Amino acid sequence: MPKINLEDILKLLSNYEVEELEGVEIEGDIEIEIEGMSNLQAIGAELGMAAYHLARAAMMLGFPFQQLFTQTQVQTQIQQPQLKEVEKEEVIELIKKKFEPYKAEWSGYVEEVQLGATRKEGGTRKYTIKLGGAKSLPFYIFDAEQPNLPAVSIDVFDRPVPLPKAVRVHYEDVMGHPDEWAKKVIDKFGADAVTIHLISTDPLLDDTPPSEAAKVVEDVLQAVKCPIIVGGSGNKEKDPILLEKVAEVAEGERVLLASATLDMDWERIGKAAKEHGHCVLAWTQMDINSQRTLNRYLLKKVGLPRDSLVMDPTTAALGYGLDYAYSNMERARIAALKGDEDLAFPVSSGTTNAWGAREAWMKESPLEGDTSWGMREHRGPLWEIVTGLTLSLAAVDIFMMMHPVSVAVLKELIQTLGGKKEEVSCEDWIAAEI
Amino acid sequence: MKVKSPLEIYKLLPQTNCGECGFDTCMSFAAHVLDRTAKIEDCKPLVEKAKKDKKAAEKLKKLKEMTAPEIDEVIIGKDLKIGGEEVLHRHELTFFNPTALFFDVSDTMDEKTIDERCSRVVEYRKFYVGRYLTLDGIAVRCVSNDPEVFVRVAKKVAGYGKPMILVSLNPKCLERALKDVKEYNPLIYAANEENYKEVLKIAKKYDVPAVVRSKDLDMLKSLAATFKSHGVKTVIDPVTEPFGKGLQKTFERVVQIRRTAIMMQDKDINCPIMITPISAWMAKSDDVSKMYWETVIAALFIVKYADVMILHSLEPHSIMPIVTLRANIYTDPRTPVQVEPGLRAINNPDRSSPVMITTNFALTYYTVESDLQSSGAKGWLLVLDTGGLGVEVSVAGGQFTPDKVKKLMEETKVAEKVDHRYLIIPGLAARLQGALEDETGWKILVGPTDSGRLKAWLEQNWPPKKEVKS
Ligand code: B12
Ligand code: SF4
Repeated sequence: MPKINLEDILKLLSNYEVEELEGVEIEGDIEIEIEGMSNLQAIGAELGMAAYHLARAAMMLGFPFQQLFTQTQVQTQIQQPQLKEVEKEEVIELIKKKFEPYKAEWSGYVEEVQLGATRKEGGTRKYTIKLGGAKSLPFYIFDAEQPNLPAVSIDVFDRPVPLPKAVRVHYEDVMGHPDEWAKKVIDKFGADAVTIHLISTDPLLDDTPPSEAAKVVEDVLQAVKCPIIVGGSGNKEKDPILLEKVAEVAEGERVLLASATLDMDWERIGKAAKEHGHCVLAWTQMDINSQRTLNRYLLKKVGLPRDSLVMDPTTAALGYGLDYAYSNMERARIAALKGDEDLAFPVSSGTTNAWGAREAWMKESPLEGDTSWGMREHRGPLWEIVTGLTLSLAAVDIFMMMHPVSVAVLKELIQTLGGKKEEVSCEDWIAAEI
Repeated sequence: MKVKSPLEIYKLLPQTNCGECGFDTCMSFAAHVLDRTAKIEDCKPLVEKAKKDKKAAEKLKKLKEMTAPEIDEVIIGKDLKIGGEEVLHRHELTFFNPTALFFDVSDTMDEKTIDERCSRVVEYRKFYVGRYLTLDGIAVRCVSNDPEVFVRVAKKVAGYGKPMILVSLNPKCLERALKDVKEYNPLIYAANEENYKEVLKIAKKYDVPAVVRSKDLDMLKSLAATFKSHGVKTVIDPVTEPFGKGLQKTFERVVQIRRTAIMMQDKDINCPIMITPISAWMAKSDDVSKMYWETVIAALFIVKYADVMILHSLEPHSIMPIVTLRANIYTDPRTPVQVEPGLRAINNPDRSSPVMITTNFALTYYTVESDLQSSGAKGWLLVLDTGGLGVEVSVAGGQFTPDKVKKLMEETKVAEKVDHRYLIIPGLAARLQGALEDETGWKILVGPTDSGRLKAWLEQNWPPKKEVKS
């Protein structure tokens, strides 16, 4: 039964604005203990525990490491070179060298796009998010300052959706209540933004009329004060009508309309965004040339301002085409930095796709030859983290994710690589007891 | 690789087009050397001639130099290759030698723990796209600082037959172990500013590869240059600082080293890079948190330039994302990932076994095939040529069509193999059910969306229940 120092927990809670942890109960005033697991509770508690550990993993960097190693004395023994008597003693001299690093120079830069608008700017958001603006590869802050680190948005749906168990437990209480769901992801899970997917408009689901669906957007705008992204159902006929309606009701809020694709009426979405001051997410299926084409259409044919376009070149999960997604995004970003203006836009990633991989959700490997896949409650979040992390190194400026712990860990890494973290000294591992 | 055109290579070849290398012409051979699908040594006439003729020997030497990879290739154990990379971004060519993953045991662990950890490394396997992903080796850490204890554990670990890294900053410990395990060609870790003279002597004496280690890149480069000048196969460790600013600086060092080696052809620092995610375990935290952060560090540097790593967690849930990511990043983007279309017999099917269909995208095919194989179910699997696209993609994009299915069924004569007329299609192709029935005349059954559930599905639905006629 793992015991945890209360001080650490409080630090964790305050930093992540997590008010409660499922399956974890505070006992006495010094220690905290994971709840004894009855069969019924086992899964919930396990997940709570995993969540707790995960959030903590993300937090580790903030802890005072200096004091930690007083007990475990690390015995790094460094011996002065002692010359043995050898017949012909060879003289070893250090060849002194200076490391002259390569200097990268790029002519292009990524357009800066603002999501959300404050009162002063004609909206009602409390804060805004800026995406892009990069003048170098992601986290190469030694080449050029990275004005905006990637942001994280959590997915919210306007009707109950089937979700993998590890994800579902975190949202069961808010399913069917998009406004509460939105509040939860911001207040409790530390998301920077919310993506509200109006999937109920799908003719095969509830076929909700656009005007009714758009009301949900108003509710969400009321419930949270962060920038929001609005997605359709993926229905090529209906989405343009829906997003046009959304653009109207959200006038001035600088919403990101998701998504315009080549095989639908992108013009209608682009025009609506332009007229009501929103941004458009241009989504193509892993093809750099289609991405260029769609971007150009939106910019040239519709006249969408350059600071209102974000692109989604498609995210495939770890193990399921991540290599395609990674190289596609990396190529697009390098092209942008080399001056290709048609690709010089912030990139969005549907990182939630990671949960589609069977490794993320299946209980155990279906194959007898495999070593056990290990604990599912860790596998899933790790699958989402590694998918996001990999693409963050290619180009991603905004992630759309689902598991709160994946969000926390990825944000921690983003802050770290972005140079926002303090120095943390720690002992060498070489001769340490681990 | 220094050369950029096959012509430069061609000029120095015998130019006889004898075909001994397996290519029709010297020019074609040169092109394959350039994209590293052939090696200079494969031109046997040249190699033979070089043994007698001084001029030919010079040409061969020059060719080898010209075509050497940008990053040195170092061998650990019998044949584990690390380094040997050419490019900074995989789409520019491909990455070659996947990051080698070593897991630690320390000489203060009890026997049982050591055996268990070694067995886990040896036995780990995860099926992925037609093969098993495995782990590479074991890093033996000297925590006791006692040469005799260290050598005992090193010998024990050597018995597992995996490539090894000997970890100690104490040259005495390294040397003692090498005396007994030298023939396994372990990598020794590490030489630093203080102990390098001793370690260098040992590396030379026992002829093993060595890691040089420093946070200071001037020092690191000096150490590497020194080791290389003595002919030691050298790996560099810019020190993995696991947290905060330190991790950011580590990232910077790694990128700068690799970039400088490739873009500026800096031949002092063009060594394989060692990263140590194990350092995440130096946090004061619970084991699960450490495991998470270790996985994050490993993933970060699999994408960016680590050639060899030392890790600690042997939990399969942390290993699986790492080996999968490594497989993805090191997939050759130049080769299409498809398999032959046709009909496959799974588990010796008979005339009453089910007939199923999937696509020829390698990932899809191997997933389905292995699911079926391991479930023990007998079946006939039709593999449709969708140009290497998965089920959902090809249904959406129009490569999975009823007329193509019909043609495939005719070509493979599947109707002659079974007595029934049922075809099971993937759940993600459900929308084609009606059209497929019309086109093929077979009864179409819609299977599960994930082939991992086929076993359970077949138990429920095969053989199909006779339809009740009213
Ligand atoms: C990678 C990818 C691509 C790659 C394809 C690479 C390739 N070689 O296949 C590229 C970039 C080329 C691509 C293109 C397109 N794509 Co695409 N793509 C994906 C992505 C990200 C992953 C697909 C994948 O590889 N899955 C893994 C494989 C193993 O799955 P699978 O083949 O389906 O096999 C599984 C099951 O079907 C089942 N199974 C397989 N065989 C059998 C057999 C039996 C008997 C049974 C029972 C089960 C079974 O088990 C397998 C394991 O789980 C998905 C989104 C996602 N995350 O899922 C979108 C997705 C499939 N694509 C989509 C679309 C729309 C397209 C395009 C049409 C886009 C466009 N407008 O141009 C094009 C079509 C291109 C074409 N066909 O000409 C949509 C499909 C929507 C739909 N349901 O109709 C998806 C779902 C994205 C989305 N959300 O919109 N895509
Ligand atoms: S073996 Fe050598 S000489 Fe013969 S064809 Fe090949 S490259 Fe040319």
